[in-house]
Amino acid sequence: MAAPGPAPRRVEKAEPSDRGAHEKVIDVRGLNKSFGALHAVKDFGIVVERGRICGFLGPNGAGKTTTLRMLFGLLRPDSGEGTVLGFDVLKDSREIKRRVGYMTQRFSLYEDLSIEQNLTFTARVHELDRRRERVQAALDGLGLTARRAQLAGTLSGGWKQRLALAAATLHGPELLLLDEPTAGVDPEARRTFWDEIHGLAARGMTVLVSTHYMDEAERCHEIAYIAGGRTLARGTADEVIDASGLVTFHAEGPGADRLARELRGTPGVEMAAPFGTVLHVSGRDRAALEAAIAPYRKSPLVWSETRPTLEDVFIQLIHDREAAKAKAEAA
Amino acid sequence: MISLTRTWAVMAKEFVQLTRDRLTYAMILAMPIVQLLLFGYAINDDPRNLPTAVLVQDQGGFSRSVLTALDNSGYFEVTRVARSTAELDRALERGEAQFAVIIPADFTRRVVRGEGAQILVEADASDPSATSGAVAALLQLPQQALARELAGPLATRASGPPPFEVVVHRRYNPEAITAYNIVPGLLGVILSMTLVMMTSLGMARERERGTMESLLATPVLPIEVMVGKLTPYVLVGLVQAVLILVLARVLFAAPMSGGWLALGAGLMLFIVGSLALGFLISTLAKTQLQAMQMSVFYMLPSILLSGFMFPFRGMPDWAQWLGLAIPVTHVLRVVRGSVLKGVGLENAGPSLLALLLFVLVVGTLAMLRYRTTLD
Ligand SMILES: Nc1ncnc2c1ncn2[C@@H]1O[C@H](COP(=O)(O)OP(=O)(O)OP(=O)(O)O)[C@@H](O)[C@H]1O
Ligand SMILES: [Mg+2]
Repeated sequence: MAAPGPAPRRVEKAEPSDRGAHEKVIDVRGLNKSFGALHAVKDFGIVVERGRICGFLGPNGAGKTTTLRMLFGLLRPDSGEGTVLGFDVLKDSREIKRRVGYMTQRFSLYEDLSIEQNLTFTARVHELDRRRERVQAALDGLGLTARRAQLAGTLSGGWKQRLALAAATLHGPELLLLDEPTAGVDPEARRTFWDEIHGLAARGMTVLVSTHYMDEAERCHEIAYIAGGRTLARGTADEVIDASGLVTFHAEGPGADRLARELRGTPGVEMAAPFGTVLHVSGRDRAALEAAIAPYRKSPLVWSETRPTLEDVFIQLIHDREAAKAKAEAA
Repeated sequence: MISLTRTWAVMAKEFVQLTRDRLTYAMILAMPIVQLLLFGYAINDDPRNLPTAVLVQDQGGFSRSVLTALDNSGYFEVTRVARSTAELDRALERGEAQFAVIIPADFTRRVVRGEGAQILVEADASDPSATSGAVAALLQLPQQALARELAGPLATRASGPPPFEVVVHRRYNPEAITAYNIVPGLLGVILSMTLVMMTSLGMARERERGTMESLLATPVLPIEVMVGKLTPYVLVGLVQAVLILVLARVLFAAPMSGGWLALGAGLMLFIVGSLALGFLISTLAKTQLQAMQMSVFYMLPSILLSGFMFPFRGMPDWAQWLGLAIPVTHVLRVVRGSVLKGVGLENAGPSLLALLLFVLVVGTLAMLRYRTTLD
């Protein structure tokens, strides 16, 4: 319903032109959301500055989609406060919707409308000027001009994602919220996709993108890792890795991958996982870890200490959480 | 601020989706035609040789002539000769006979003496279409049945007032709805069937297909969604209404006696009201199946309590009150009034007001129910 009363005003007075590079595009604190007994998002807070690409990671059911929906105004937070693009996240969702592009996790364009009709619909609901031109430009950008009359529902999964992105960016949003935009997209298209995201960011677009791909996490300026509705790690990839305090060794050579089973559960080894023929072993206590792998540090295996990857850190975080939960249950 | 562009966006989308669905498209046109033919002819049909039970208490010769005349009319076929009124009643009740004819004991004597002779006919009028032709034939009976007998000394009886009277009792359906009466009812029922059901699926379909999320992700206002989604169906409703009225005229020679303004206003309000109700249902239903169930829940009273199936005045008070809350009741009155009697705006006033009230109340409820979030 059209809210009566004064038109929503940005909390910050500044106009787009003179907003500095450190302007906080997203600035929220203490967001909570429950579905019945399930506390899906707990005390979520994040600050994202203009032009940054922030990756949103976490296991299935972590609360990523729920959080994005709250930021966009599709779900009403139970509590919390803050601003998105300077608008109150609780009250001004209509203003936020006008300026933010949101790409849903599940394909949500009209499958029984053609590619062009979907784009035209989007252009109209946003009351864009030069609609025909913009739709044409989007079609050209997608390389779908020749297939413009094809029904959106008949596109392959990857193309659906690209069309959805084109629709989400059609109205020239200042902030993009992308929910697993590259799920089911081939590597080549994913690379193009990310190049494009970086291009947009370079021109001042802010992006919050959820993903399950580690390589994509590494292409983000910063990441937030959430699990069970709680933010467990936050910062650039390097910061997250450093903060984990993790030490990682790789073992290469015949049979290295089979060692994982033996090492798991040994004191000091918090994670042992084969990646192809290479075994990753990590732990926070360097002395204990080295002691644990000492018996296996002989030829034909070649051991080397490496910097932990994000994946190592995330698996670590999950294990910590599970251990803490088990402890809490035991107590 | 309501935006025309955004409303048009939704409208254009609905149009495309509507035409994309060929089956729905076909249903919109096929339903009124098929239903009207089905019901109209079932009703307009002039059934003959209807099973008739007779109870002859008269010993005179004239009763035989009356029975022969009944038989000759083609409408009646004596299938049972009863020996008591109880047996006659049972035959009617069980539907074994459509008519029960009683020729009282002193029939012949009264005819001869000109003492106001009567024969009594009870008609099972629960299906009025089945009996109307036969009842009309009964009215001719007194003139013809005894034409031959009333010659010679009784010739004076033949020229004067009819020699006897046929008393017809309609059982089960005293109002005897005629074929014309069925057209307005059918119009109301077919329109609500298409319009309420089709729009009630609307929001539920968006929710089921997941498109609700991107619809809500746009800045469209609830009222824009509603107007945009419903407008194409206003057209659908008008096409159906015109189709039904034209068919009623062409096939059944319905009188169409004027009152076009009242008819137009009534139909328009009814269409918009039905659509608003469909939209309200669609905001309540989580799935298309639920929407379907709710529409059916609404359809039954529309058919049963509106005066379409059973005469309105024959219903108990509480049912009449319930009936008054149903738009079909009012559109039925408006259409009946204008098509059959040529009633103008002022006489259709109460019904039109009722329809307007329905539009406003249901439309407001639908707007209040519409959620702009996924919660
Ligand atoms: N509308 C809802 N009603 C009830 N529970 C919900 C609803 N939406 C989400 N949930 C629950 O909230 C939790 C978080 O869901 P969410 O979709 O935010 O996870 P996610 O991080 O996006 O997961 P995924 O990676 O699988 O997409 C889940 O347990 C989910 O079942
Ligand atoms: Mg999700």
